[in-house]
Amino acid sequence: MRSKTPYVLLALGTLLLLFGSYWGLFVAPSERYMGEVQRIMYVHVPTAWNWMLAVLFAFGCAIAYLFTANAKWDSRMEAGLEVGVLLAFLLCIQGSIWAKPTWGVWWDWDPRLTSVAVLLMASLGILALRSFVDDPSRRAVWSAVATIIASVDLPIVYFSVKWWNSLHQEQSTPQTVSSAFHLPLRVNAVAVLLLMIGFLMLRTRVAALRLERESAVPQLQQEAGELA
Amino acid sequence: MLTAALRKELLLQWRTRGQMMAVFVFGATALLLFSFAIGPDASALRTFSAGFLWLGLLLSSTLTLAESFHSEMENRALEGLLLLPSDARALYYAKAIANWLQLALLGIALVPVMVVLYDAGTLQLLKLLGVILLGTAGLSAPGTLYAGMTAQVKAKQMLLPLLLFPLIVPALLASVKATSLVILGDPMNQSGAWLTLLAAFDLIYWSLCGLLFGRVVEE
Amino acid sequence: MANHHTLATVQDLAIDVEGLARRYGRRWALADVSFQVPPATVVMVAGRNGAGKSTLFRVLATAIRPDRGRVTVGGFDVVRHREDVRRLTAILSHANYLYESLTARENLQVVADHLGIRRDGVPGVLEQVNLGARADDAVSTFSAGMRKRLSFARILLQEPRVVLLDEPYGALDPPGFDLVDEVIGELKRRGTTILMATHQWERSSRLADMALVLEQGRVIWQGPASEALAHEPHAAPPLRGRAVC
Repeated sequence: MRSKTPYVLLALGTLLLLFGSYWGLFVAPSERYMGEVQRIMYVHVPTAWNWMLAVLFAFGCAIAYLFTANAKWDSRMEAGLEVGVLLAFLLCIQGSIWAKPTWGVWWDWDPRLTSVAVLLMASLGILALRSFVDDPSRRAVWSAVATIIASVDLPIVYFSVKWWNSLHQEQSTPQTVSSAFHLPLRVNAVAVLLLMIGFLMLRTRVAALRLERESAVPQLQQEAGELA
Repeated sequence: MLTAALRKELLLQWRTRGQMMAVFVFGATALLLFSFAIGPDASALRTFSAGFLWLGLLLSSTLTLAESFHSEMENRALEGLLLLPSDARALYYAKAIANWLQLALLGIALVPVMVVLYDAGTLQLLKLLGVILLGTAGLSAPGTLYAGMTAQVKAKQMLLPLLLFPLIVPALLASVKATSLVILGDPMNQSGAWLTLLAAFDLIYWSLCGLLFGRVVEE
Repeated sequence: MANHHTLATVQDLAIDVEGLARRYGRRWALADVSFQVPPATVVMVAGRNGAGKSTLFRVLATAIRPDRGRVTVGGFDVVRHREDVRRLTAILSHANYLYESLTARENLQVVADHLGIRRDGVPGVLEQVNLGARADDAVSTFSAGMRKRLSFARILLQEPRVVLLDEPYGALDPPGFDLVDEVIGELKRRGTTILMATHQWERSSRLADMALVLEQGRVIWQGPASEALAHEPHAAPPLRGRAVC
């Protein structure tokens, strides 16, 4: 039977996200220099961490597929790519919302924001490629290759943009903020993690079902029966 | 093995050398059009000249890269070589080197166009040549792999840039910066850092894509 | 050749196919194919369009992988020892593997270079397929029949132990037919194992030792080539069981 785990994770993640966000938005103290705008951090930073996890996950699945040629890694990779696209998209939007009041512009050529945008485009390209290839095994191999290449690109993009232009904050991690900000951030990070795992599981299931239907072959024996 | 494959690539390129002229005209036209986007502001044009040169080169490169697999796919000649057997890596490196050569020549040919249109002259020709060589190597390695992949797909003209352009961002950035520093002067001596970045990018993709190409072309 | 030695001692079969199945998406092009071919045998593979002949040949040539079953060529497994199988085999497929912008001679020189053999053999094989006079013309100016002949020259240059000919008579004129027969005869004299898929029943049954009839991805009949004519797919009732040949 289909597992209920993803739904449980999604429910838990949603509750936790509501709790953590309430805490972050209404209970935690306002930041001295940046004021209320800073509260976007409570969703932005957890999204960023989990986006990196999603990218790593897709990268790992791609390598696993190339070594095993097992279709389940392809389904997982597809899920990782798509959830990664969702998170990257959220990150770009959150980054813009943050950039407008802070620097007065919607888009800022910050290395992190730019890297996310570049990988978002690359992932969309890979998903487009997937939609154009009919043969399941070629599709899997090609998207695994493209995923590996794009993932390897991520640190290079990051460092090149960092050299090119760096006027952004220091990396926001719990170490650089005081403990009053610390806890809601952690709560939301766990919440988004649960949501992401739930999404990954559901999306993997969809991908696997689609693959199954696409290449579902009548059993050889059955087909023999039809022929006779 | 590599020499055999390289010999074939150079022969194929020589036979289709008319295409190189067409790609050059395309690139030169792109440079001309960029100047209309900016307007007749000589100093702005000069400031952006390096960016335009590399954008023109990047746009033209998709034509060169896609075309390099046309003759391999029309009669499945590449499969024929693989079944001989030939080493997929040798076939890849030969094609990547040939594409590199072609893109570097294109880049060199576009420099005078840039100088004339944007008044972006320089006397550091050797350094400029170095930047063009390193930059086009960065385009060629992943470009050849993706061209080999998309040549087998229906929507090839669309997919190649879609896959290649995001990936190429660091190489483009470093090439533009290094070229800019050559043209506009480099008081802080920064160009070394950009060339190092470019060389690192090249090294990573020339090794990684060689490893992966076999999986892309074998069924 | 060292490989030929292996062929004779390790496994006394040129081709051994057991339970081979291969699908494209949802369709099984080969459902369940089993047969064996001793060395130096000419096998005629018959069957209507879409019966699975080309797929079978592409699996044997290691252009595509089998989904199920075990296939060995010259004792080498087509999945695990792909490179060895490739060294032994040559295929004449629907795609002719030629570079349009190169001349006939250059195409063969490219093949020789990649095989790591001297280019000296090129003029000889070109003469053998009657293309000596057009050797320095670009393939793009060739007719379909001339391309086919050039593909034969490519195979002769490879000196394979196993040759897979998918529709060798297609696109040829009557002199071309005779040329193909000559080439097949020559390959046979060299002790080459030949599989040919063709609709030219009478012609190929004269050259062949044994015959396979494929229908819907299965072997429905196999036996001596001389008896094959009676078993044309539309005429023969599907027979099961493996005839000894």
